[in-house]
Amino acid sequence: MAITINGSDVEAPGDARVSLLDLVRDRLNLPGTKKGCNQGACGACTVLVDGERVLSCMTLAVQCEGRSVTTIEGLAAGGALHSLQQAFIDHDGFQCGYCTPGQICSAVGMIAEIERGVPSVITADLGGEGLSLSREEIQERMSGNLCRCGAHNGIIDAISEILVREAAE
Amino acid sequence: MSNFVENAKQAVQGAAQAAMQKAVELAPDSWIPGGRPDPLIDRKHGLIGAQTSRVDGSLKVRGAAPFAAEFPLEGLLYAAVTFSTIAKGRITTLDTAEAEAAPGVVLVMTHRNAPRMRPMPLFLTSQKAAGGDDLPVMQDDRIHWNGQPVALVLAETQEQADHAASLVRVAYEVEPALLSFAEAKAKGTEPGIFMGPMKLEIGDPEAALAAAPHKVDTVYRTPRHSHNAIELHAATVAWQGDTLRVHDASQAVAHTAWSLAEIFGIDESNVHVTSPFVGGGFGGKSLWHHQVLAAAASKLTGRPVRIVLSREGVYRLVGGRTLTEQRLALGARDDGTLDAIIHTGTVAMTPHNAMPEPFILPTQSAYAARSIKLDVEVVKLDMLANTFMRAPGESVGTFALESAMDELAVELGMDPVELRIRNEPEKDPTSGLPFSSRHIVDAYRMGAERFGWSARSATPGMRREGEWLIGMGVATATYPYHRMPGGAARLTLTRDGRVTVEAAAHEMGMGTATAQSQITAERLGLSLDQVTVHYGDSAMPGMILAGGSQQTASIGAAVIAAQRELVAELLKLAGNDSPLAGLKPDEVGGMNGGLAKLDEPDRFESYVSILTRANSDEVSVVGNAPMPLETQHWSMHSYGAMFCEVRVNAITGEPRVSRFLGSFDCGRIINAKTAASQFRGGIIMGLGLALMEETVFDERSGRIMNPSMAEYHVPVHMDVPEIDVIWTDIADPHTPMGAHGVGEIGITGVGAAVANAVYNATGKRVRDLPITLDKLM
Repeated sequence: MAITINGSDVEAPGDARVSLLDLVRDRLNLPGTKKGCNQGACGACTVLVDGERVLSCMTLAVQCEGRSVTTIEGLAAGGALHSLQQAFIDHDGFQCGYCTPGQICSAVGMIAEIERGVPSVITADLGGEGLSLSREEIQERMSGNLCRCGAHNGIIDAISEILVREAAE
Repeated sequence: MSNFVENAKQAVQGAAQAAMQKAVELAPDSWIPGGRPDPLIDRKHGLIGAQTSRVDGSLKVRGAAPFAAEFPLEGLLYAAVTFSTIAKGRITTLDTAEAEAAPGVVLVMTHRNAPRMRPMPLFLTSQKAAGGDDLPVMQDDRIHWNGQPVALVLAETQEQADHAASLVRVAYEVEPALLSFAEAKAKGTEPGIFMGPMKLEIGDPEAALAAAPHKVDTVYRTPRHSHNAIELHAATVAWQGDTLRVHDASQAVAHTAWSLAEIFGIDESNVHVTSPFVGGGFGGKSLWHHQVLAAAASKLTGRPVRIVLSREGVYRLVGGRTLTEQRLALGARDDGTLDAIIHTGTVAMTPHNAMPEPFILPTQSAYAARSIKLDVEVVKLDMLANTFMRAPGESVGTFALESAMDELAVELGMDPVELRIRNEPEKDPTSGLPFSSRHIVDAYRMGAERFGWSARSATPGMRREGEWLIGMGVATATYPYHRMPGGAARLTLTRDGRVTVEAAAHEMGMGTATAQSQITAERLGLSLDQVTVHYGDSAMPGMILAGGSQQTASIGAAVIAAQRELVAELLKLAGNDSPLAGLKPDEVGGMNGGLAKLDEPDRFESYVSILTRANSDEVSVVGNAPMPLETQHWSMHSYGAMFCEVRVNAITGEPRVSRFLGSFDCGRIINAKTAASQFRGGIIMGLGLALMEETVFDERSGRIMNPSMAEYHVPVHMDVPEIDVIWTDIADPHTPMGAHGVGEIGITGVGAAVANAVYNATGKRVRDLPITLDKLM
């Protein structure tokens, strides 16, 4: 079975040790997904697998056979920027840009989690109608994505803007 | 004898330097760079100060900005490193057979087969030296620190290389290593040298302290820190004929190219280092062993090599900030004015580097004390070379100084803001130089008003909401204005009226291309989209370190010089048929897409017209920035007043920062958006320094025990409140654009602001960073 990456089918690597991260970065020339620790601690390698955010450094490529992977390169359709990408620019939600693809992919996955009603560790009302979109909820849910330049405020502002906009639609 | 000669030579050099410095101090302002204000300072409503989004933003959010490990090369080999597990001794067994036989392995390089190389030129020992240490790089069997590379494996894939590196068998003969700070101090310290001695005494501070009616005399400690840029240190290298080509992650491309040439004994022009994007630097992205090893291994195999250090590898090979132990004593009169400041202490460094963390720097210019004593002593441990990390000196020095000022305010029963204002100096208290632009009192007043400082209770522990004790603290931020020698830039104007700037500078998040596009467009009278900035290439003009918060000033001064050259060339091309005929370069300026007489703007010709009439496709000039004599003529710094509110859990001791305001005085702000991000970024790294960051060093083995982002804690989203930043925006008439640096000021003062807020919340004074909950239970 193939792995679908940004809509294209790719053969799984013969070496079972190859992580999804190294597959896209080293073998498929999709370096937008970043390696920051290779041990699941920084979130820079976050991609979407069947719409859920995963750490590609902690995922063996062969585990993704038959599944659909979206990397930062596959997020924006047809050359335009994804709304989150534009919001990150508008709010200066990055400086060096290295953690940024992971932050954005993580935010896309996180927004889907909120829409599915998945609670976080700080969600108070588990039985309530819909989840709060408080700043704290977003901060908690994004805390697995480290940023060393200190763009945290801009990142949360960008995600908040998109969440508010989606809620209004 | 040689020592005697060396000392005599240094004494003569020192005397010559001192005479030069005195001459510059006394020279008329007009002789000094910055003597005539940069005309850009008067442009109030243009691109300078605008909220311009990053010109490279689209590349970064699409993951399309290429970093060092992302250059595909034909036949690329992947590298993995085996590290020593002892701190000192020699290798007795080095069995590489199993690694060499492993699948995909092309080379196992050790000291036995590595090419002969000179040590890295140690940073600060010559103008372009970029090395973190000056040890032999895999040249012999000696071990100097726990984590030193003992073997480098190259294989066809990263997986193969990683596995093979684990198969290298090494045995050692262990020698006693000096690893304990206390033990080293007991053996004796030596004076620290950092761009000159760090010893100074004005008046008799010990006597003044003893006689003072109010005093604080205590010891503050800060631990080791690691930069932890999210991008791992990496390089993709290849030998193209005689030329060494390096795609690096670098804050110093020109320095790195020269240093690599020295190491390999080749001409500087045969090393080409590029670094278009750097995934965070903070002082850590200079030249360390990994680039040298990759280049050596590439030479042996004749194939291109990519080295990406593991996160553990970064901790093993790339130094961080060292620990400090600082005595801070203040003696004051009843009115709060200082009779004595004593700031002395000891830091750890190594025999193989030149970086004694200069924690006294903030104290040199802070307060108008009647007597001052400063001294940094060092001990040398057998450890990985420590290095520069964001605001070296000030970040940890302000923790001691500004905590002590808070303690003194408590002792005096005086508001800590008022205490600082009462000690505001009229001129630099240690150099005696006039300040070029210092409005720190304005920053304090603006900040106090905006933060609601007046609501703070002077008595600790008075405010509580549920389990949470709430307190406020304040501290001064300070970092020098630097402009290092070597700034240069090329301006190329093409017939379509567009300009390209080229400078061997760097982008690691500061917004270099964006700010320099704004500055150059404004200076030349162009729109933002008519200017393109190229940088990150050692073949471009300049020796421009992305360090010391000096890059903007360095490039800015170079572009001023280049513009003068450009105008001269254009006036020649314009000839006698132009409205500009007969004008001298100083009489014209750039505006509306061309040149105009400054006091008669109707005498104008566009760039397009000048080049078209002259039938010239382009004009290209290089400008060299003048020597930075302004820093010897004035005392020049960025400043800030840092306001912090913390909540400390009365039961668990957990400290949380709930509000933070940085009120800055950093000259003219070039880009309100990216400067705010630099300020916030510094403050957030300061929150890490205050509350959680520590590189844990095992004094028995010399090994760093938490070489991982899981165990070295940095602030995460949940730890970072909304951070408010404001600034005076008062231009310094003596700097390019009127600007001061903004990259490092943000981390300074934060540790003390948090500690002082914790005291105000709880009544507990923590003098030993980080302020973890065990210290507050």
